[in-house]
Amino acid sequence: MTTGASEPPVSAAEGAAATGESQWALISRRFFRHRLAVAALFVLGVLYFVSAFADFFAPHAPTWRNLATANCPPQLPRFSLEHGLHVLALDRHIDPVTLRKTYRENRTHVIPIGFFVRGEPRRILGLLPTHRHFIGIDRERLVRLERTTAETTFYLLGADKYGQDIFSRLIHGGRVSLSVGVVAILVTFVLGIGIGGLSGYVGGTVDTFIQRVIEVVNSFPNLPLWLALGAILPPDWSPLTTYLAITMVLSLLSWTSLARVVRGKILALREEDYAVAARLLGASHSRILFRHLLPGFTSHIIVVLTLSVPAMILGETALSFLGLGLRPPIVSWGVLLQDCLSVQNVANYPWLLLPVVPIVVTVLSFNFLGDGLRDAADPYSSR
Amino acid sequence: MNPSYPPLSGNAAPTALPETVMLSVEGLTKHFPIWSRGFVRRQVGTIRAVDDVSFQLLRGETLGLVGESGSGKTTAARAILRALSPSSGRVLFRTTTGVVDLAQLPERSLKGLRQEMQMIFQDPYSSLNPRMTVAQIVGEPLVIHRLARGAELEDRVVEILRKVGLKAEHRERYPHAFSGGQRQRIGIARALILRPAFIVADEAVSALDVSVQAQVLNLLKDLQEEFRLTYLFVAHNLDVVKHFCDRVAVMYAGRLVEIAPTRELFQRPLHPYTQALLAAVPWPDPDRKMNVAVAGEIPDPSRLPTGCAFHPRCPDCFERCRSERPLLLPATSPTPRSVACLKE
Amino acid sequence: MHPSVLEVRNLRTHFVNDEGQALRAVDGISFSIPRGRTLALVGESGCGKSVTSYSILRLVQKPGRIVEGQVLLRPRQGGEIDLAALRDDDERLYDVRGGKVSMIFQEPMTALSPVHTIGDQIMEAILLHQPVGREAARRTGIDMLRKVGMSSPERRFDQFPHELSGGMRQRVVIAMALVCRPELLIADEPTTALDVTIQAQILALIKSLQVEIGCSVLLITHDLGVVAQVADEVAVMYLGRIVEQGSVRAILRQPRHPYTQGLLRSLPSLNEGRRRLSSIPGTVPSLTSIPPGCPFHPRCAFAQPGRCDVGAAPVARSLEPERWVACVRAEEIAVGQEGKEVG
Repeated sequence: MTTGASEPPVSAAEGAAATGESQWALISRRFFRHRLAVAALFVLGVLYFVSAFADFFAPHAPTWRNLATANCPPQLPRFSLEHGLHVLALDRHIDPVTLRKTYRENRTHVIPIGFFVRGEPRRILGLLPTHRHFIGIDRERLVRLERTTAETTFYLLGADKYGQDIFSRLIHGGRVSLSVGVVAILVTFVLGIGIGGLSGYVGGTVDTFIQRVIEVVNSFPNLPLWLALGAILPPDWSPLTTYLAITMVLSLLSWTSLARVVRGKILALREEDYAVAARLLGASHSRILFRHLLPGFTSHIIVVLTLSVPAMILGETALSFLGLGLRPPIVSWGVLLQDCLSVQNVANYPWLLLPVVPIVVTVLSFNFLGDGLRDAADPYSSR
Repeated sequence: MNPSYPPLSGNAAPTALPETVMLSVEGLTKHFPIWSRGFVRRQVGTIRAVDDVSFQLLRGETLGLVGESGSGKTTAARAILRALSPSSGRVLFRTTTGVVDLAQLPERSLKGLRQEMQMIFQDPYSSLNPRMTVAQIVGEPLVIHRLARGAELEDRVVEILRKVGLKAEHRERYPHAFSGGQRQRIGIARALILRPAFIVADEAVSALDVSVQAQVLNLLKDLQEEFRLTYLFVAHNLDVVKHFCDRVAVMYAGRLVEIAPTRELFQRPLHPYTQALLAAVPWPDPDRKMNVAVAGEIPDPSRLPTGCAFHPRCPDCFERCRSERPLLLPATSPTPRSVACLKE
Repeated sequence: MHPSVLEVRNLRTHFVNDEGQALRAVDGISFSIPRGRTLALVGESGCGKSVTSYSILRLVQKPGRIVEGQVLLRPRQGGEIDLAALRDDDERLYDVRGGKVSMIFQEPMTALSPVHTIGDQIMEAILLHQPVGREAARRTGIDMLRKVGMSSPERRFDQFPHELSGGMRQRVVIAMALVCRPELLIADEPTTALDVTIQAQILALIKSLQVEIGCSVLLITHDLGVVAQVADEVAVMYLGRIVEQGSVRAILRQPRHPYTQGLLRSLPSLNEGRRRLSSIPGTVPSLTSIPPGCPFHPRCAFAQPGRCDVGAAPVARSLEPERWVACVRAEEIAVGQEGKEVG
């Protein structure tokens, strides 16, 4: 008898009573008090923005290569009054015995870099033609330096074995990796709401059957099934078809948790007096479902969906990393990590592991965002 | 003051309902199957929530349906309005166009009848959709039945809000901005906007504080006069029932045990259960002590005692009570009243 | 031995809401409970009666806080403890809770653990507060179950709470609360969730055990009927303050405060023969906007501008022996109604 269900004399709802705010106003007010979630939302906003406008932000196209500078290490930007923002040129040495390329910074040769510089022409989102890139070699200043010996390269995060710019490829890869989660979530959403809603609203035998199916689907081990499904995708499919197929594979297993949530909520809300009241008013089934039941847990759906995006992203990464998902020439973070399959590569060129960083940042951000949304989701709960 | 109650025969055609009768419930039964757990579900028992309940409700009358939790009074009320479908029995209801049997009507034909019968719920918190504004909640019946839209909808919402004692500026607010009493007024406005003739009030004032309860009871009385409403007033608070109802029906373990005009019931309860119930009421008078007239509790509706369901608790129980189920029969009294007891 | 077992002096418990406002849930209340007697704290929802009971046992949780006042507990063996002054982790607090002061709640399930048998839970209460062995504790527990009217207590002892009905659970809770023979039992709406025949059984049980054990009872309720049946003394609360206090007969027969009068008049049974009930106009204001002056004045028929709606809330004054009213016009109202009893 230490504690009882003490009804807090002041509940959140009562606090809002004076203003009579709508549900969404209450949710956003509570959400913005959650610092970590707001920060995560900002980070995700930046990530999605940058990858959406990859053509502008990346110094190079994803397919651009310079075999002469394969495995070039990251070049740190420096600043001096004399040269402005620049990187040091790299001198290449080829070991006569092992034929291995090594690079050494050449302190006398600078390569000026800058923001909003002219570069190769591209179309942003395939529409807007532009010559300007967010960051890159400042060729106008470079011309004035009149120098020809060293390679004029700028690899912010290094290069891979074909001399492709990892930084550019990360930004372009983000397009695929970040969108694969969202597209797969949309499919999950349709499947989860449809099947879960059917199960909860119709009930009876239909419900029992769907619940058994969900249990069976849930008992499959995720990764092996993904692998099997990934392996049967024909290698000669076009990149776009493969991309869509992968999203289907990912969402085929993930709709179950959403379907469970939807079913449970509908079962609970269906017995609420306001749902009974709507029925007694003569409301149709679709009106009860869409006007009265679904709005009661949209916030919960959003939370569940947000929290399952990371699993999708990690799934795509895992499949692509193992070579069963997306394949070059498509660039995704998982595809980029394929270069890390050999320990030797990782030991010699550790910058190849850099795609892990955006993956971790994205997954963490989605988790923080989901947590924040969950806490804010139900303004009528006591905690 | 001697209304005529027609005989409760099962084979009368639905149309043979006297003009004065609003609702005639005949042998209403609602059983819930108990399913076994596991992969294959089997029925392992039956909950007799409502068992062979019959009564009539006159036009403009207020009938109190009282009983303790588990007595089946709420299930009965919901089965009458077809919020649940009855297992058997007839619910003859006088509509503006004729008499129908609500228990037999298909779901589709019920929709039109919803305009003539409505319900007021107990919990002023769960009965209003928290995601809708007051205007949306109260106006929804008109939208569903396509009776009004735009400015006319707005006007009718404001009109009914005024009638239940709320203000026009309340309509853009959400339910959580209101107190329990005000929420109950919103629920009443929603029930009345279609101008029904018959209202089931399911514990409509039970969740309210006493001063607010008085306000809402007064409102229900005023509305009854204005709209010529017939109430089925489901309640457990006998103090409220005594004030509010013209007649009272007492339920125990799914069956009606007694039905009588309010005055007579409170002055001279005939059924031992009614007597025990009245004795246990804590009247707010230090000189009128309540007493514990019965021991024990209401039986599990899936394992009802044989014979009279009250016999294990009954102080007057004798041999026949254990085996024979008493029928609700007219009692000897100057006013029409019935009791289901083998005594007498 | 001091005549009162518990004395509350000028207790204030405030809550801080989302906007940082201090909500005065309990705003300076004083009362004392005589030994062996029952004091009922009555009021409508939100009046602060439950917060008062939580404050006494120091169970108020954040964002609530006791900001002022004393809660003096005077055990039989002498001495005096100010519960309000103890630290949250003080040993004596644990000794008091469930030992000298027990509490029962409206919902019996909140006080019972669903994963332990009834017997385990009763024995735990005994072993915590009494220097006895498990065997003796078991015997005491079974004995207690028999006392609260459970049939075949030996069998019930090993059952789980969910196997019992609501009324039986409340009996178990009462057994747990009284098994250590407390000096004060706080009963917070003990029968509100129960049906009327069960309520009568439980109230009778509490009364008889109170006599047997010789404890005092603080009954928190909204039901004036229950008050009339069980209480010796009554304190009526409105918006965190006690507006009127006195013997049960005095309060129910000759209420002096307009709020008490209004409450009683809205009871159907005191309106016999009338078509409409008289009711108190308006609604209870929220704690964020307590009216100045007398908090009841916007709803009061006797309110006088300039007298009732300004300054601090009126203090309780003694009108006659053992009778306090917090109304500046109490005498005038009393004269106006001399001889006219409510009901």
